[in-house]
Amino acid sequence: MSYSYETIEDIIRLAEEHSISFSDVVLQAELENYENDVETVMAAIDTRLQVFEKSIQAGLLNTGKTPSEMSGGQGAQLLAQGQPRFMSDLMYKSMTYAIAVNEANAKMFKVVACPTAGSCGVMPGCVKAVGEHYNLSHDDYVRGFLTGAGIGNVVTNRACVAGAVGGCQAEVGTASAMAAGAIVEMMGGTPRQVGNALAICMKNLLGLVCDPVAGLVEVPCIKRNGVYTAHALTAAEMAMAGIESQIPPDEVIETMNIVGRAMPAALRETSDGGLAKTLTGEKIAKRVRSL
Amino acid sequence: MNTIFDIIGPIMIGPSSSHTAGAARLGKMAHCIFRGVPSRVELTLYGSFAKTYKGHGTDKALLAGLLGFQEDDARIRVADELAKRDNMDYEFIESPLEVDHPNVVKFDMYDTGHRHMTVVGRSLGGGRIMITQVDGVDMEITGDEFTVVVFHEDRPGVISLVTQVLGESNINIAGMRVFKKAKHKDAVMVISTDSIVDAELVDNMRKCPGVRDLMTFDVL
Repeated sequence: MSYSYETIEDIIRLAEEHSISFSDVVLQAELENYENDVETVMAAIDTRLQVFEKSIQAGLLNTGKTPSEMSGGQGAQLLAQGQPRFMSDLMYKSMTYAIAVNEANAKMFKVVACPTAGSCGVMPGCVKAVGEHYNLSHDDYVRGFLTGAGIGNVVTNRACVAGAVGGCQAEVGTASAMAAGAIVEMMGGTPRQVGNALAICMKNLLGLVCDPVAGLVEVPCIKRNGVYTAHALTAAEMAMAGIESQIPPDEVIETMNIVGRAMPAALRETSDGGLAKTLTGEKIAKRVRSL
Repeated sequence: MNTIFDIIGPIMIGPSSSHTAGAARLGKMAHCIFRGVPSRVELTLYGSFAKTYKGHGTDKALLAGLLGFQEDDARIRVADELAKRDNMDYEFIESPLEVDHPNVVKFDMYDTGHRHMTVVGRSLGGGRIMITQVDGVDMEITGDEFTVVVFHEDRPGVISLVTQVLGESNINIAGMRVFKKAKHKDAVMVISTDSIVDAELVDNMRKCPGVRDLMTFDVL
């Protein structure tokens, strides 16, 4: 019996056939294809979960600016403010953590690319905030991790996760879809609800461009990681309420790929368009070049 | 299907998997090829590497790799200072030349004597890299698998002698490519294997008629 998967539908079907969870299928496939034992895989997951945590702390504690002076300290600012005006506590926390991780990344601290370094905040932000809010167990974090990884794996192989190939929808977009599925799994959602969460999430970020100012992983990347935790939570909320995506997850992923490749090069990480080419963006780029 | 640790990973020093983690791995690869820390290195950067290396810490990451550090080593942040402390003299050169890939670096490495090696590599994204040239000879080494690079005479029979050594020791060849350098009638075999080739086997391969030199690369 093989648990190998190519598509999200494969994972959902295998889970339903064996009456196991989305994350169980991802784990079984990993064991089957990479000849690892469970202990090795669990240890590697733990290492990454610890780096998630440490990168959140690094971002919150180190409030200095980046060399470009564009960013740094905003996660800490949010934490200090503490009182959300428009969001739930959980959502506010997710946003804060995600921003902290991406600030840590911009300041050359240790992070886990998830799926890329520019999008490394969304998954840790959502997973930690949900885990803390509901007092979830270590196993639940692991199931969230596996689910996110399985989703990212399908996107990586059937579409793309590089901003240079598919714009930001491929990077932060994929991270957001991974996070949406992960938190549904952590909260005990069905495999199909995981699929709906990622589909609803990704459908609503198609076309997101990659236009980093001065070519750096800072503007708009850092705040965007925060914003897209809210997006992931919204999609997960709908999926857990039983709302289904009319377009199945695999077709949404395929569409993301087609849209990405149709984007002009100027909007795919070349810094030749978008925010990078605004008056202020150009001014900052000039300053950074002279550093 | 990839391993899930390619998707949520690598663990790395930020900010960019291609411009920082990939750069550190390229430096490490150059370090391995040079077999140590050079006393002087000239780093020529092309394309996006040349344009954005300061903001991405590409310079520090490349130096860290040359000092032998991994992509998740926090010392990357201060690698420029460590290079000075360890007497590794360095110079960054921003090339205006257009090359066939956006993230390319050329290392010219020297020791205190007369040794000079040139290594060219590219960062492919997500921290993955490829060495494309060593001392002017084209090749492809990714650091994903154990790799043996054999410099040899371009004549019939050499390849089978070398691969026979591996086969007799029950080492499975995962992939193999042969590259030719026209002018000296030299060729290079790049062989990736499913398991590590030990020192004794390396010696046996080196003794094969027609083999000029040989290098091995561990998984990065």
